[in-house]
Amino acid sequence: MSDPEIDELSIRTRNLSLWYGKFQALHEVSVDIKPNIITSLIGPSGCGKTTLLRCFNRINERYGNVTTTGEVRILGENIYTEAVALAELRKSVGMVFQRPNPLPISIEKNILFGVRSHSRSRDLPASKREELIESALSEVSLWNELKDNLKRKATTLTLEQQQKLCIARLLPLKPEIILMDEPCSALDADGIERIEELISELKDRYTIVIVTHNMAQARRASDECIYMYLGEIKEHASTMELFMNPKNEQTAMYIEGRYG
Amino acid sequence: MERRKVLVEGIAKKVMLVAALCLIVPVLAIIAYIFYKASPVLGLDYLWGVPEGGGTGGGIWPPLIGTFFLVLVSLCICAPIGIMAGIYLNEYAPDNWFTRIINMAVTSLAGVPSIVHALFGVGAFVLTFGMGESLLAASCTIAVMTIPVLITSTREALSAVPMAFRQACWNMGATKWQTIRTIVLPNSISGILTGVILEVSRAAGETAPILFTGAAASIPFMADSLGDKLMPYFLGDKFMALSYHLKVVADKLNDVPEAMKYGTAAVLIGLIFILNSFSIVLRMYLRSRKKW
Repeated sequence: MSDPEIDELSIRTRNLSLWYGKFQALHEVSVDIKPNIITSLIGPSGCGKTTLLRCFNRINERYGNVTTTGEVRILGENIYTEAVALAELRKSVGMVFQRPNPLPISIEKNILFGVRSHSRSRDLPASKREELIESALSEVSLWNELKDNLKRKATTLTLEQQQKLCIARLLPLKPEIILMDEPCSALDADGIERIEELISELKDRYTIVIVTHNMAQARRASDECIYMYLGEIKEHASTMELFMNPKNEQTAMYIEGRYG
Repeated sequence: MERRKVLVEGIAKKVMLVAALCLIVPVLAIIAYIFYKASPVLGLDYLWGVPEGGGTGGGIWPPLIGTFFLVLVSLCICAPIGIMAGIYLNEYAPDNWFTRIINMAVTSLAGVPSIVHALFGVGAFVLTFGMGESLLAASCTIAVMTIPVLITSTREALSAVPMAFRQACWNMGATKWQTIRTIVLPNSISGILTGVILEVSRAAGETAPILFTGAAASIPFMADSLGDKLMPYFLGDKFMALSYHLKVVADKLNDVPEAMKYGTAAVLIGLIFILNSFSIVLRMYLRSRKKW
């Protein structure tokens, strides 16, 4: 299977359906997500945004009784087959959560946690470790703030710093795709602004999919936008197009704030 | 209306205070009474001494060290099994009928009376496995009795670790075991260990499970050498234990001076108190190193 067009897509799903027990959360979702742009997922609570996001690194399976059918291709490769190494998949598809969840260990250990669980310690000499820490923290512009406090517990940072750290700790794994599940909803206005800036800097190197409740954020911060309702994709267009000229009636109602 | 609210609030508070006091008073009364009655004999000679005349005189050292050994050996048997089973059930087990059956078994086992465990101990360890009446058989019985409770306390400690930490680890591609080893266990070990020590020392204070599995009313005791005193029992030996010793001396109504009986009770309470304090200190120490 080497259709050049398909290989160029970051994420491609076909007829993806998902059940939590007997409840069907996703209905035949088919979507193409392009590389190196920010795609936002919007829609009312319970519409399946987060579920869809979690399909992209198969983390749904850790939450119990889940059945998935259909196809998800990440960088051209079908990830719902037996042969896929989940650890490798999660390495190339990282995730950032609603509530910053740094591990209760030091800042540097947080950053190294991912690489450490993927390599033997002798492959990570001190020089290499320092390099990884510096480059990861620089990429999220935390290096100058934190370089003298790398041994500090990550849980003592401010929420904004914590969330940046949660992004930074994905980077040593060299991900292709970063999934973000309402990454700003625990932050204040300043924090939101700086995280959004950071996200738009990151899009040159990573494909970013972001779930958000905040319509203004989707509008400001994303290139393409997907509107979901009751487990189905209702509209997928460039953000500008979707907000200015929605094709779907429900989309129009939602973005005007008539429900949601 | 406002005054009524204040009044009701005041009454509610006082009623619950009385309930709390009702709880504390008997405990203090029991301890005070026992130690008062035991005061004529309590002392180093009593603790370090050997019973004379079938418990009518002398000291309490052999049953004291016997109970201590019982706790130690049972700990070695039930701690690894109980902790690992708790980890499996909390971290690995899928939510299906098999897990539910195990959970049901754990809950029911925790409710089985200790005398039933004692009979099981006789059948399984003493007879079938040929351990005879011995320290090992009694420890195994105590362990079987404790494991279900241990599983429950371990699970509680594990589920106190926020799910967000596990999510973070999984999403960086860590396996479940890596997650457990590096994040979940370091953050729950204080709770787990406290549960283990509390449960085992509680079980070791019971008479029933050791009654037929290895406890002896009296054992000729070499009091001469220090080595004998510190290491009086081996795994295959019958042994003396405080709870059983208490039953024996309490049965001999007229021959044993009252202070000797209360002395035994006081030492048993004291030992359990010391073990519990040890576990509390351990928990405080581990908590102070806790990472969140």
